[in-house]
Amino acid sequence: MQNKRNMSPKKVDIPVQDPIVRSGNFEEVALGYTEEMAIEEANRCLNCKHKPCVSGCPVNVKIPEFVMLITEGKFEEAYEKILETNSLPAVCGRVCPQESQCEAKCVRGIKGESVGIGRLERFAADWSMKNAEKKYDTVPFNGKKVAIIGSGPAGLACAGDLVKLGYDVTIFEAFHLAGGVLVYGIPEFRLPKDLVQKEIDGLVAQGVKIRTNMVIGKVLTIDELLEEEGFSAVFVGSGAGLPMFMNIPGENLNGVYSANEFLTRINLMKAYKEDAKTPIMRGEAVAVVGGGNVAMDAARSAKRLGAKDVYIIYRRSEAEMPARLEEVHHAKEEGIIFKVLTNPVQIIGDDNGWVKGMECVSMELGEPDQSGRRRPIKIEGSEHVIDLDTVIMSIGTSPNPLIRSTTPDLATNKWGCIEADAETGTTSKEGVFAGGDAVTGAATVILAMGAGKKAAKAIDEYIKSKEA
Amino acid sequence: MYKIVRKEILNSQVKLLEIEAPYVARKAEPGQFIILRVDESGERIPFTIADYDREKGTVTIIFQEVGASTLALGLLNEGDSLADFVGPLGVASELEGVKKAAVIGGGLGSAIAYPQAKKLNQMGASVDVIMGYRNKDIIILEKEMAEVSDRLFVTTDDGSNGTKGFVSDILQKLLDEGTEYDVVIAIGPAIMMKVVCDVTRPHGIRTIVSLNPIMIDGTGMCGGCRVTVGGETKFACVDGPDFDGHQVDFDELMRRLSMYKDKERTAVERHKCRLEDQVNAK
Ligand SMILES: Cc1cc2nc3c(=O)[nH]c(=O)nc-3n(C[C@H](O)[C@H](O)[C@H](O)COP(=O)(O)OP(=O)(O)OC[C@H]3O[C@@H](n4cnc5c(N)ncnc54)[C@H](O)[C@@H]3O)c2cc1C
Ligand SMILES: Cc1cc2nc3c(=O)[nH]c(=O)nc-3n(C[C@H](O)[C@H](O)[C@H](O)COP(=O)(O)OP(=O)(O)OC[C@H]3O[C@@H](n4cnc5c(N)ncnc54)[C@H](O)[C@@H]3O)c2cc1C
Ligand code: SF4
Ligand code: SF4
Ligand code: FES
Repeated sequence: MQNKRNMSPKKVDIPVQDPIVRSGNFEEVALGYTEEMAIEEANRCLNCKHKPCVSGCPVNVKIPEFVMLITEGKFEEAYEKILETNSLPAVCGRVCPQESQCEAKCVRGIKGESVGIGRLERFAADWSMKNAEKKYDTVPFNGKKVAIIGSGPAGLACAGDLVKLGYDVTIFEAFHLAGGVLVYGIPEFRLPKDLVQKEIDGLVAQGVKIRTNMVIGKVLTIDELLEEEGFSAVFVGSGAGLPMFMNIPGENLNGVYSANEFLTRINLMKAYKEDAKTPIMRGEAVAVVGGGNVAMDAARSAKRLGAKDVYIIYRRSEAEMPARLEEVHHAKEEGIIFKVLTNPVQIIGDDNGWVKGMECVSMELGEPDQSGRRRPIKIEGSEHVIDLDTVIMSIGTSPNPLIRSTTPDLATNKWGCIEADAETGTTSKEGVFAGGDAVTGAATVILAMGAGKKAAKAIDEYIKSKEA
Repeated sequence: MYKIVRKEILNSQVKLLEIEAPYVARKAEPGQFIILRVDESGERIPFTIADYDREKGTVTIIFQEVGASTLALGLLNEGDSLADFVGPLGVASELEGVKKAAVIGGGLGSAIAYPQAKKLNQMGASVDVIMGYRNKDIIILEKEMAEVSDRLFVTTDDGSNGTKGFVSDILQKLLDEGTEYDVVIAIGPAIMMKVVCDVTRPHGIRTIVSLNPIMIDGTGMCGGCRVTVGGETKFACVDGPDFDGHQVDFDELMRRLSMYKDKERTAVERHKCRLEDQVNAK
């Protein structure tokens, strides 16, 4: 096959479901590249010597190498190249904030659009899942047991690397299903759940044990894992699942959800399906308070449940929104109404205690605060009421206190995050490592995964040093 | 999988299941609860730990069939297994140092209050138990409660057995007679707990109630179970389910419990239709 460099300033379009159609279903929005499209897009890569893109990726995926393999039609080899540093390519290709990571550094982005690295990564992973037969080399156990708490991207990545080194790895998960935010938070239309399940099945095929319904801190403590259950080390990847509320009047009215509850009912409990046993409110007029990925997911899910008007209420301007660009774009296409520079003051209930509206104030941007973003200031006299029947609070999450309250010698900071070394995941407690959202607070899949991989390396070194 | 090793039918709507769950049994304490799923498509439903046997590795729950999921649970038999069973969740009841207690159960709440009465009795405390039922046909656990209490009072709303009236009337009478309690534990419908709290408040008696808001995860990650206690929002699954009854906003609790009433009714109807179909097909 003779490939010609593609000098188009624009990415090859990725086929997507029509906005009107998709806002009524939970199937995946972006449909992915065909082989031809992938090769055409891959040919936009200049195979730069200095590989600036690689430095933008938190786990340094070998980007030009895998992209060149795609240009040659060697899709499985491309997939394996990505796997060298990234254990979840099908997931990261879909959910990474590429525009601020790998693609932000791509030289093609200087004049025109960057190479569609995320799309190509996703393509390689999907191609492999569909076409290549998966064979897992199982490494004989070395007799050492490692416990992993939490089955989100941090825990899965840590488990994957340790099992390859011969460790007998057990993941303890509080829920009845493994996957963390990938299964209970991020909706099906953005990240199909069977794809996450395949990644988990792969780990199990390699010998990782998964024990669901195990709330560490309640069923077993970390001390018991180390002292009684025979584990040589513990990795804590328990995420940041505790929802925050605004503490404004009316937050406990019927019809007010945390984004976690709303999305868990939909994703984990499948409440959107007709025959689901777990109920959900199908609001007509829904406001989601917040501007991150979680808020976009909640808003787009509410739309798919049949809401007529769905608002995103965000106190800064659109430029400050932390959500992925693609999600904001998709949300707008689906008819989500963005009310930025708006902040809720109170939620108003009817006589029966159900939400009927929310009073908000308009904001303007002042001087930059510590985070470097311009601080929103209330405009006096701008109070106004939006008529609603559902409010979804999506203003952030923090780590769950269950583990820290039952492990007193595990140091945490004032936000409740576990203190751990950024390079090794080492904590204040011997034999205990941590990473992902439990350490950083709510962040990204790729950072959590990277932290899990670094900790796996440190755990291996720690256990070997104890043997020596 | 979590195997059912014993099933008992306590009355027309209330059943008891003893379930194999060694990890839960090891740590279970009175006041804590579990969450289970009947099958792979089931919803997560919470139940109080009614009893546990650390040696056998079993946990007992007592439940009332009120909707689709509890009806499905009631159809299971000894030898069947549950898809999921997680616990012990929540904080154990604070019973340390109690010398004289009144344990009050309303309806099914009597069953749920049994482990507290039993533990207090084992600790050597003097325990008065007051159980209230709508009528005599649904009285449960009378023998078990008698064994762990100094005095047992049974009331029925219609007077068909025991004293006619409400549990709060008996408590009022006992207090009027000069009985002194370190603590009153009230478990049952929200309205009953509210009334009991109104009775104990003027006497300044510590009153523990066990709240049962709608829960999903039971680990503090959804906030669906939030209740207002002393003007502050608490997550009942991790901060409770026991709370100081004098601080609880019961009206809000009752309102939030009704959130899915309509939806659940349709679920039951669907479930019943399916059952009827099954029966008709035979
Ligand atoms: C709705 C939503 C959308 C998002 N969208 C994006 C996106 O587009 N791109 C992106 O990069 N990131 C996104 N994120 C963030 C990303 O998902 C998280 O940063 C990432 O999942 C963190 O991984 P983790 O492994 O640290 O924790 P989690 O994924 O949170 O997993 C933690 C696991 O630990 C379990 N657990 C907790 N406590 C215990 C315990 N005591 N015992 C046993 N198990 C326990 C939990 O049940 C959970 O399964 C999103 C998050 C949400 C909620
Ligand atoms: C901590 C706690 C302990 C409990 N202990 C017991 C017990 O020992 N025995 C017992 O019979 N019941 C107990 N319950 C109540 C029991 O969980 C509900 O009866 C059950 O979930 C109803 O499910 P359903 O589908 O059959 O009925 P549905 O038709 O779904 O609901 C009937 C009513 O039950 C309540 N309910 C529904 N779903 C939930 C849920 N997920 N969580 C809590 N309440 C819900 C609502 O008020 C609803 O209106 C407890 C609840 C809590 C929170
Ligand atoms: S893992 Fe994420 S940041 Fe890294 S190359 Fe892939 S899409 Fe880009
Ligand atoms: S910077 Fe862009 S063009 Fe250069 S190697 Fe990376 S992806 Fe290719
Ligand atoms: S049940 Fe979800 S936080 Fe309590």
